[in-house]
Amino acid sequence: MRLLNRSAGRLSRHRRGPLAGLVVLLLGLVMTGSLYAAFSPAQADQTQSSTDQAAAGRQLFLVGCAFCHGQNGEGIKTQDGNQIGPSLVGVGAAAVDFQVGTGRMPMAQPGAQAPRKKPVYTDEEIAQLAAYVASLGPGPSVPTASDYSTAGMSDSERQAAIVRGGQIFLTNCTACHNFEGSGGAMPRGGYAPKIRGVDPKYIYEAMLTGPQAMDSFSNGDLSPEEKRDVIAYLGSLNEAPGYGGFGLGGLGPVSEGLFAWLVGLGSLVGFAVWIAAHTTRSNKKKVEA
Amino acid sequence: MSDQNSHDDLVPSTFEDEPIANPGLPPHVWRPTDVDPKAEKRAERQVAAFFGLSILCAILFLVSYFVFHVGSDWNTVGGLGASNVALGVFLGGALLFIGIGIIQWARKLMGDHEIVEYRHPARSSEEDREATIAALNAGLEESGIGRRPLVRNTLLGAVGILALPAVVMLRDLGPLPGDKLKHTIWTKGMRVVRDVVGTPILVSDLEIGDLVNALPEALFPTEENGYPEIEGVELQQQKVKAAVILNRMLPDEIVSQQTLNWSVNGIVCYSKICTHVGCPISLNERTTHHLLCPCHQSTFDLTDSGKVIFGPAGHALPQLPLAVDSDGYLIAQSDFTEPVGPSFWERDPS
Repeated sequence: MRLLNRSAGRLSRHRRGPLAGLVVLLLGLVMTGSLYAAFSPAQADQTQSSTDQAAAGRQLFLVGCAFCHGQNGEGIKTQDGNQIGPSLVGVGAAAVDFQVGTGRMPMAQPGAQAPRKKPVYTDEEIAQLAAYVASLGPGPSVPTASDYSTAGMSDSERQAAIVRGGQIFLTNCTACHNFEGSGGAMPRGGYAPKIRGVDPKYIYEAMLTGPQAMDSFSNGDLSPEEKRDVIAYLGSLNEAPGYGGFGLGGLGPVSEGLFAWLVGLGSLVGFAVWIAAHTTRSNKKKVEA
Repeated sequence: MSDQNSHDDLVPSTFEDEPIANPGLPPHVWRPTDVDPKAEKRAERQVAAFFGLSILCAILFLVSYFVFHVGSDWNTVGGLGASNVALGVFLGGALLFIGIGIIQWARKLMGDHEIVEYRHPARSSEEDREATIAALNAGLEESGIGRRPLVRNTLLGAVGILALPAVVMLRDLGPLPGDKLKHTIWTKGMRVVRDVVGTPILVSDLEIGDLVNALPEALFPTEENGYPEIEGVELQQQKVKAAVILNRMLPDEIVSQQTLNWSVNGIVCYSKICTHVGCPISLNERTTHHLLCPCHQSTFDLTDSGKVIFGPAGHALPQLPLAVDSDGYLIAQSDFTEPVGPSFWERDPS
């Protein structure tokens, strides 16, 4: 009883604290969310024909995508010519799998960049959406593991693929995505995202479909084997030994310069201030010998 | 000057007429190390301790050089490598502690008194100036340079001739580029091929939005295409001048008539070399068809003859006129119609 009283007293002491409102709000949100997740109706059956999949995808599309992309995926333009959402006719299942699978779509808000975030839809829902969008017009389909995997190769074949992939990467990709795939800045607030540690399927789909402002590298441009080699090269970067030192994000002169100017020169300035600072002084007079 | 406290001795007397009396320098206040022998001893030990730390670091540097091996332990100590960290920290410490010790020594123990130094006029005194001119004139008179024209003229000749060896040696920097800057290896009918792999490009290969980094076929000579072998410096020089990018867009999006005329089904071809200082550029935005140079942010509009729409570049990006050969492959109609890359003096004779 005494324990209860004490904790009650403690609660009452904190309930008017500056953060109390926020804590109660967060608690409420978390509880609502988890209760909904626990009791919400289960998703549709596992096995669906592609027609059924597309039909289910259309339902999802009307709720989650049509606001920007139009009710039939035709895209919406404002009167002054701005594009709210581009047409999805002919972008294919690969584009949907990439955009929705990496959480870029649906966008949290319109802007210069569609940042990668936690996916909103389940894998099954993504497949349904992809089936629907693929039904709008012919476009690239979702690649399979055999398209981008080097699993069946001998060691020397794999080495050759990595070397070739490296040359293709350095010619076609580094301009925006940086020499080791760390990403980089683009005009008007956009950026080319980091592509290290990304699922090979999504890298393949990004090359195939050209998400957002990225150019596409269709199979007539870079052959499927060349795409596979690029992915093999990116994979090999993860295994490359780093011989110590701070990578500073692998961003080259930007982060290195920032470090040198702030930390390097900053500590030098600190030393200079210390050298020139007054030493402690004493009230005592020197006793002349 | 026997007493260091009487700084007023040092202040010039000309200030006496000032409206506000010169207060002089404030009385000197001693440091604890000056008046307290214990503090002095302590400071002495501190300085010695810093030097001692430096010695320790130097020894530890030697030890870690032989204990750790570069390359075999690059994953330890937070992924930085034990060898790197140990060598860096100990060598840095050895140098840093000597510096800190010396500064501590200067601040706590070395002499501590204010010094006044006056500015003097930069001009020498009249006597010095006259004496210098007199000495110079005497020298000229004694050398007799005015009276002995033979000596004077041969000296002038000898010094003048010295310029010739310099000119002859500078000649080795040549030959002058001639019209090399104005032409590339592209010729009429040469196929456009993919960079790295060297395969020719069918018009039907490319989809809207595709970007290809491409080169002239002459840089990938085979028996089949019959181009002469090219290698080494020559290959690199031709490559840096002739590199191009292909971009396919909707033909409706093309603004300038020239760009439209030189395109094939919406495929445009531009030099990859920035006209500012020659960085290779392929940062293209598919949505706007703006090509950005990463070096200084020059931006070119690929729909409108490569016009500069932002940044320091002085010229539009040269466009390569495209055509299709009988097999459906992309070819050049001609070489670039203007010099590629950065501007140079003779670029636009006017």
